[in-house]
Amino acid sequence: MNRFGKAFEKGRALLPFVTAGDPDLETTRSLVLALEEAGADIIELGVPFSDPQADGPVIQAAGQRALEAGTTLSGVLEMVRSLRGVVSTPLVLMGYYNPILNYGEDRFARDAAEAGVAGVIVPDLPFDEGEDFYGVLEREGVDGILMVAPNSEEKRLIETGRRAKGFVYCVSLMGITGQESGLYDRMGDYIDRVKKHVTVPLVLGFGIDSPERAAKAAALVDGVVVGSAIVRLVERFGHDRKRLLNEVKSFAARLKGAIKP
Amino acid sequence: MSKKGYYAGFGGRFVPETLFPALEELETAYEKLRCDSSFQEELKGLLTKYSGRPTPLYFAGRLTGHLGGAKIYLKREDLNHTGAHKINNALGQALIAIRLGKKRIIAETGAGQHGVACATAAARFGLECRVFMGEEDMRRQALNVDRMLLLGAEVVPVSSGSRTLKDATNEAIRHWVAHVEDTHYIIGSVVGPHPYPAIVRDFQRVIGDETREQIIEAEGRLPDLLMACVGGGSNAIGLFHPFVDDAAVRMMGVEAAGKGIDTGQHAATLSAGRVGVLHGSRSYLLQDDDGQIIEAYSISAGLDYPGVGPEHSALMESGRVEYTSVTDREAVAAFSLLSRLEGIIPALESSHAVAQVIKTAPTLPRGTLVVVNLSGRGDKDINSVRPWLLEGVEA
Repeated sequence: MNRFGKAFEKGRALLPFVTAGDPDLETTRSLVLALEEAGADIIELGVPFSDPQADGPVIQAAGQRALEAGTTLSGVLEMVRSLRGVVSTPLVLMGYYNPILNYGEDRFARDAAEAGVAGVIVPDLPFDEGEDFYGVLEREGVDGILMVAPNSEEKRLIETGRRAKGFVYCVSLMGITGQESGLYDRMGDYIDRVKKHVTVPLVLGFGIDSPERAAKAAALVDGVVVGSAIVRLVERFGHDRKRLLNEVKSFAARLKGAIKP
Repeated sequence: MSKKGYYAGFGGRFVPETLFPALEELETAYEKLRCDSSFQEELKGLLTKYSGRPTPLYFAGRLTGHLGGAKIYLKREDLNHTGAHKINNALGQALIAIRLGKKRIIAETGAGQHGVACATAAARFGLECRVFMGEEDMRRQALNVDRMLLLGAEVVPVSSGSRTLKDATNEAIRHWVAHVEDTHYIIGSVVGPHPYPAIVRDFQRVIGDETREQIIEAEGRLPDLLMACVGGGSNAIGLFHPFVDDAAVRMMGVEAAGKGIDTGQHAATLSAGRVGVLHGSRSYLLQDDDGQIIEAYSISAGLDYPGVGPEHSALMESGRVEYTSVTDREAVAAFSLLSRLEGIIPALESSHAVAQVIKTAPTLPRGTLVVVNLSGRGDKDINSVRPWLLEGVEA
C-alpha cells in the first residue's frame, strides 16, 4: 500500500533534493543514479518555477539555471520515465502549482504515474485547495505528500493526519529553504504534536545542510531532506560532471552515515 | 463555487503551511474589526484629518468640451496625502497591524506609491517598516526610494527574476514566512491569498462610496460609466465595488497594453492572459506554455504586474465589467493632454484610464456621465515621459 514503505524500513531515510534540469536534465539523470548509489532512500526532484515562493536564494538560482537551459515539466517527466526500471529508489517531484495546473491536473497525474513518479509535493497547494488534485493523484496511484510547519495549528495537523499519503514533510524552521537561521528551537515539542495526529512516516527538511544537523533532525523523525547543500555542489561543479558526481556521492554518503540509527 | 475566499472560482489561499496561522489570525481579526465602531472611527478620522478625504469629484469641463461627448468627472485620488489612493489601504492595514500587536510591517512596491504610503503610515504610528522593491524599479523610481528612506523605512533591493514588482512580492512573501510571528505584511493591491483581496477592497471602496454621494449631489443621479486603470486592480475595485449591483452603471477596467498586445510586451493580464495561480490566489496570469510566469511590461511601473486581483477575473467572466487596454503611447498622450487642458498631471497608471476616456467619450451622447478614477498624481513620472514628449506624442 505505502509506496515508500521500503524506504523507511531500513532505518532513518535520506532524501536528497536536486533541481531537475540544473544545469541540464542529462546531469540530473546522472545525479539520480549517483545518489542511489550513495544510499539515498527517496530522491526529490525539484520542478523549476519562475516564482518559487518557499525557496531561498540557492534553490531559486538553480531553478533559474534550469529554466534558462530550457527545462519544462514535460521534459522532467520524460527524464523520470527514462529511469523507470533503471533505479529502484522512489522518486518524488517537488514543484509549485502553476506549472501543474497549466499542464492539466489529470494529464499530469496520469503522466507522472506512467513515468513511475512515487509522490508529488506542491508547497503552495495546501490540502484544502488541493482536494481535487490530491484526489486525482490518488486515483492514479501517486502519493500527494503534504507539508506541516512548526506553527501549524492542531486542527490542520488533524486534517493532515487524516489525508496523509506516503509520508509527511515537516518543515524544520520558520522560513524558506536553505535558510541559515538554525532549526526550530522547540523541535521536540513540534514533532510530538505532529506525531499525535499523523501516523505515516515523518521527514524533516529546510535548512538541514550538514551531517551534524542531519543527525540531529534524524533522531526525531523517520527521514531527512537535504536540498540547498546539495544544490550548492551542483552550482559549484555543474560544469564538470565527473567531479560533480563524486562530490555529491561523497556528501550523500556522509549524510547517510550520519543519520544511521 | 462559493467557497470561502473565492469570487466565482477565483481567489483562494495557495500558500505554504507556515503562512496559514497568520492568514487565519488576520481573517479572524479583520472580521471583528470591520464591524468594530472604534476601529472604523479611528480610520475615518485618519482619512479625514491626515489624508485629506473626501477627495473631490471634479468636473473636467475643458476635457469634456475638447472631446465633445460625454460629461467627464475625475475622482481626485491624486489629492490624497502621498499622492495616490494607496494611502487608504496603508492606513487601514497599519491600524490592523497595531491591533494584532505586530510591531513591524513589510510591503512590496512597484512604482513606489504603495511603499511610500506604507512608510508614511509606519512613521505616523511608530512601526518599523521594510519595503521590498525590484532593483529595476528602484532605478526607475529613484524619487520614491528617497521618500521612503526619508520617512524612516528600510528599502530592500530585490535582484531576483525580472527585478520588478512580481519579484518584490515573492521576496516580501519569503520574508513574511520567516518573520510571520511579529510582522504584518501590507499587500498593496487586491491580490494575494484570502483575506487580502477582500481587506484591500474594503479599504479602497471609500473611493466609490464617496463618488456615489458626490455624483448624486452634482447631477442628481448615478453615473453611466466608470473607468479605472487595472494593474493589480485596487483603485478600480475601490471605485467599482459600491456600484456592482447598479445594473445601469457600466464599468470599464483599463489594462496596460505596453508596446501593443501583439508584441508580447504588455501587462494586459485579463485581455491576454490565462487562468493560473500566483502569489497565493487563482486568477488570470501572463504565463508561457509551460506555466512559467512571463514578465509584464508597461511604461507605468505600477501596472507592470503579470497578475490581477481575483475579483477582477470574476467580474470579467460574468461580463459585469468590460476590460480594455491602452498602449504606452496612448497613455503618454493622455498624460500630456490632461496636463494641458485641466492643469492636472496624472500618474502614468491613471493616464491609462484617461486614455480610454479620450477614446470612448466622443462616441457617447452628450449628457452621459462618466467618472474616471484619477488614482494618483504624475510628478513621479516626468522623467519616464520626457523622451516621449520630446518626440511630440499627442492625443
